[in-house]
Amino acid sequence: MESFGNLLMGFQIALTPYNLFVATAGIFLGTIIGVLPGLGGANGVAILLPITFVMPPTSAIILLSCIYWGALFGGAITSILFNIPGEPWSVATTFDGHPLAKQGRGGEALTAAFTSSFFGAAFAIILVTFFAPIIAEFSLKFGPPEFLGIQMLTFSAFVGLGGGSVPKTLVSIFVGFIMATVGMDIISGQLRLNFGTIELMRGFNFVVAVIGLFGIGEIFLTVEEGLSLKGVQAKVTWRTVTSTLKELTRYWKTFIRSAVIGSWMGIKPGGATPASFMSYGFAKRLSKTPEKFGHGAIEGVVAPETAAHAAGVSALLPMITLGIPGSPTAAVMLGGLLIWGLQPGPMLFKEKPDFVWGLIASMYTGNVIGVLIVLLFVPFFAAILRIPFAILFPSIVYVCAIGAYAVNNSTMDIWYMMIFGVIGYVFKKLDYPIAPMVLALVLGDLAESALRQSLIMSQGSPKIFFASPISAALVIASILLVIWPSISRFLAGRAHHHEAPQKAS
Amino acid sequence: MRKADNACGAVLLVLGGLILWESLKLRIGWGLNGPEAGFFPFWLAVGLVLCSAIILVQAFLNRSSSADKPFIQEGGLTPVLKVALPAFGMVALTEAFGLYPAAAIYLAFYMRWIGKHRWAATLAVSLALPVASYFVFDRWFLIPMPKGHWTWISGLY
Repeated sequence: MESFGNLLMGFQIALTPYNLFVATAGIFLGTIIGVLPGLGGANGVAILLPITFVMPPTSAIILLSCIYWGALFGGAITSILFNIPGEPWSVATTFDGHPLAKQGRGGEALTAAFTSSFFGAAFAIILVTFFAPIIAEFSLKFGPPEFLGIQMLTFSAFVGLGGGSVPKTLVSIFVGFIMATVGMDIISGQLRLNFGTIELMRGFNFVVAVIGLFGIGEIFLTVEEGLSLKGVQAKVTWRTVTSTLKELTRYWKTFIRSAVIGSWMGIKPGGATPASFMSYGFAKRLSKTPEKFGHGAIEGVVAPETAAHAAGVSALLPMITLGIPGSPTAAVMLGGLLIWGLQPGPMLFKEKPDFVWGLIASMYTGNVIGVLIVLLFVPFFAAILRIPFAILFPSIVYVCAIGAYAVNNSTMDIWYMMIFGVIGYVFKKLDYPIAPMVLALVLGDLAESALRQSLIMSQGSPKIFFASPISAALVIASILLVIWPSISRFLAGRAHHHEAPQKAS
Repeated sequence: MRKADNACGAVLLVLGGLILWESLKLRIGWGLNGPEAGFFPFWLAVGLVLCSAIILVQAFLNRSSSADKPFIQEGGLTPVLKVALPAFGMVALTEAFGLYPAAAIYLAFYMRWIGKHRWAATLAVSLALPVASYFVFDRWFLIPMPKGHWTWISGLY
């Protein structure tokens, strides 16, 4: 009930004309960012982060989160009409979305995608509204060892559930943390790892790193693949919308299942991509007509889009309650909070209720505005991709340079952005995951101070991490997650070993 | 791909070694304020060195067909360089002229050289974008962009 009262207060903040304007602008910008190749949610939020420094924090976070929703919507447009997944979690949408568009049913596919996105987001927002205060209350019991435990769990989730090479994921995490230690030591004030140079004294800013790794790196990858845009025209008329909406009611089970998968996976970091694939897989396996999947099944659009949006929203839950972002974009927003002087975590609910509840309320308003805007402006957004590449790519690089410079007013940061672009390109080609690196860069200071404070509390004994049941459970769970890939490979190997002689006999 | 994997692993190994060296200089023991400044980076570097060594060994042992795939697909290097080099050029020009003139030159060069656009279109876009962003950032949001060393150019705006 308390949540309900707080939510009403949040709506009073989110529904002010200024914040409504900010939300609309954010959705519009976000959708453009989602549509443009080479720019994604994390990158878009990072580029525009410096602009928000002149705004009140609540309006700033509304702008950023609406850019995020917009980018999620935009990803669906390019996946369906152009067969280009703007974000990794839009990949599953292309399987059925693009075949539908080629059959001349693009309008239906888009309506299904936007409605599913809306449903997935709405489900997760309700979850955030009611669970955020409970988690925040619970985490008030957290001290430095528990915080370190939860951070360990975050990073071991990347290792155990990421599905990629374990040493490469670990390298990514270590590099991110090492970059975070460059500059002034937070406790002793000593300069670290700057190798005697003035340029490295400030350390690396995560915004610059994100713009380089995600933005510039992605452009290099896109041009290397020699992307050709052969779009399919789609007109979204109100008749298509209403008839598709009627048809969609048949898939209520898919909606609910995908929203649950998405919300669960979103709370764990890096979850939106596996969520979209997992819910696509479930939809196909449980469908009465699995043979239609991959050839233009509406359900094949509904499942990944619902899950991806549910995951996108629920990724913000651990960010505001525990200060642990569930996605790279949430990590950039967390960085924003720290810059505005707001410490995410349980105290945020007590000290800045207007901020927290304004943000939660803006999730409702932002998604309603989002659905209306994308449905009305699909032809406009699709037209953006008709801009010739020789104009599009240098313009994106230029916008990225503006974003990187604006963080610290330093030209050196534009150089760093370019270098990070090259690193991002090489890392992506060699299958080093980028998201854990960015997350480690953002959380580095917090993780280090939690570790050092815990050790000071225990006079240097690591036993402190097993002293309270919460931190012990978190640390043990993290260790299990890290060794899980090896155990599962071992078990699979044994099963294979047992099967092979049986087959032979 | 194997060569690239090896090269990347080797670079990371060297980086790890350098950080180990630097952290040892900062001291990694127990000081007045608990663990000293080098403590955290030292253990991170140990992890980095170990993992990059494993990656190197794995890349060396990997004889799968995917390992023989080239790092850059055929014909892929030229377009990447065509995007990367002018972009680095723009950053270098920013140091001298400031961001807006550098961006105008970069956009014009790219559109004319790569896109083969007509002069009218090239000039229109390469002037309009920096001018519009000047008004948005320098004037509206009061975030001044870099002006460069050559003030006789940046002094004009």
